[in-house]
Amino acid sequence: MNTTPVISATDLSLTFQTEDGPVHALNEINLNIKRGEFVSFIGPSGCGKTTFLRVMADLEAPTGGNILVNGMSAAEARKTRAYGYVFQAAGLYPWRTISGNIRLPLEIMGASKKDQSDRVKRVLELVDLIDFEKKYPWQLSGGMQQRASIARALAFDADILLMDEPFGALDEIVRDHLNEQLLDLWKRTNKTICFVTHSIPEAVYLSTKIVVMSPRPGRITDVIESTLSDERPLEIRDSKEFISIAQRVREGLREGHGHA
Amino acid sequence: MRSVIPVLTIIFILIVVWYGSAVALNSAWAYDKAKRANIELSLQDMVADTWSQEKPKLPAPHQVGAEIWKTTVLKKITSKRSLVHHGLITLSSTLLGFMIGTTLGILLAVGIVHNRAMNMSVMPWAIASQTIPILAIAPMIIVVLNAVGISGLLPKAFISAYLSFFPVVVSMVKGLRSPDQMQIDLMHTYNAGKSAIFWKLRAPSSMPYFFVSLKIAMAASLVGAIVGELPTGAVAGLGARLLAGSYYGQTIQIWSALISAATLAAILVYLIGVMQKIVLDKMGLQR
Repeated sequence: MNTTPVISATDLSLTFQTEDGPVHALNEINLNIKRGEFVSFIGPSGCGKTTFLRVMADLEAPTGGNILVNGMSAAEARKTRAYGYVFQAAGLYPWRTISGNIRLPLEIMGASKKDQSDRVKRVLELVDLIDFEKKYPWQLSGGMQQRASIARALAFDADILLMDEPFGALDEIVRDHLNEQLLDLWKRTNKTICFVTHSIPEAVYLSTKIVVMSPRPGRITDVIESTLSDERPLEIRDSKEFISIAQRVREGLREGHGHA
Repeated sequence: MRSVIPVLTIIFILIVVWYGSAVALNSAWAYDKAKRANIELSLQDMVADTWSQEKPKLPAPHQVGAEIWKTTVLKKITSKRSLVHHGLITLSSTLLGFMIGTTLGILLAVGIVHNRAMNMSVMPWAIASQTIPILAIAPMIIVVLNAVGISGLLPKAFISAYLSFFPVVVSMVKGLRSPDQMQIDLMHTYNAGKSAIFWKLRAPSSMPYFFVSLKIAMAASLVGAIVGELPTGAVAGLGARLLAGSYYGQTIQIWSALISAATLAAILVYLIGVMQKIVLDKMGLQR
């Protein structure tokens, strides 16, 4: 396995200047993410987890420190389309069908028609939506729309997947189901996934590494390497090991809170 | 079908009010005539008279209807007195002006959305342009264009364009800016350029706004065309019919020109509505 980190942050800081004075969204973040890891970022709102993800994606520019994505700057990485980004809302275009939505990044990147339809078909199969390619977004449930948006992020074969609370707006049953599917997808595609959440069970269930963050200033309080095996049926959440990891996450969160 | 009854009800009410107003406005003249002829006028005779005067203050609906029938169906299109002839003249400058105005409006909106300098500077001028009474500026446009050798359809179309570009600019700026930050961010993650963002996101998002603005622009274009026909010496067009009618006190002619113009506008706006439905249906934006 290649050991150079896919994402590497060194003393990364981001301060927003607001009318009420500076807001330290990120403060001296140091983190390395290896290829093929599934990393969750968890913390209360305002801890900078989403901002960190946006910095990786070059949607925000850091005000201090350094970030490397695939060994290059975040801006270069974005230009080489190194990652797919999944937002909290599916954000499918209502005027495009499901396959049309997934084709969108491929059209922008100038893929051939043949290549486009091959890829659309492949990722639709991956998220189990092959029967819905001709449907419009409003004809799909919230969970299916979010799956379609994951398919859209996968379509151009970026090896990093950045996900910002993708299942935050969904009910728990759908969420469990999608978590299982996402794990399965991660194992099959061997992508590096950065996943923002504020659900402890979700973070523990999915991750190989859990990054606990806390607000004011946004910082990392704990990094937990998961000891759970790669085979993770939903029942694993009742195991002792799972509960003890969840316990450590909870403590990390509480500690960060005491600080503020 | 559900909309037919309310529409008919409103039309019925309008016609009743119209007839009533005709009685109220024209009765003075009816009594005046009777007094000079030394006849005592019964209520029935008076009402009958107010609905059949030659130059009433307000002609009754059937008089206007008869005049429209006479000047459309019964007249040859080539005749100078045919409303169809005049209507077509107005229509052609309306459509030309509408196209110029819409194109200009879209171009300005695209510029405003993409260029900081235009964003800061164009809108106040666009608003200022609409505060100038069109009646004041129309003769100058006609005269100036005539001086540089442009006459006929184009000057009138320019006046239509002058009125119709504005609603298009305002709506299209709003429409092109309607995608939220997340959708723009998504485009950035694909490293999409400005033109891809425009064609794949902004333009489709603006479609509902576009059609609404087209309807307003079309109505404004028609007004512009009619106004443009007034200072040209009232030779041709619905505007000319209005002006000629008012020169000679031909109120029936004025009203029939007015009703024709309104009908024309209704048809044009309806056609845009049909187009809107087809396009938005096809885009899956209307359910």
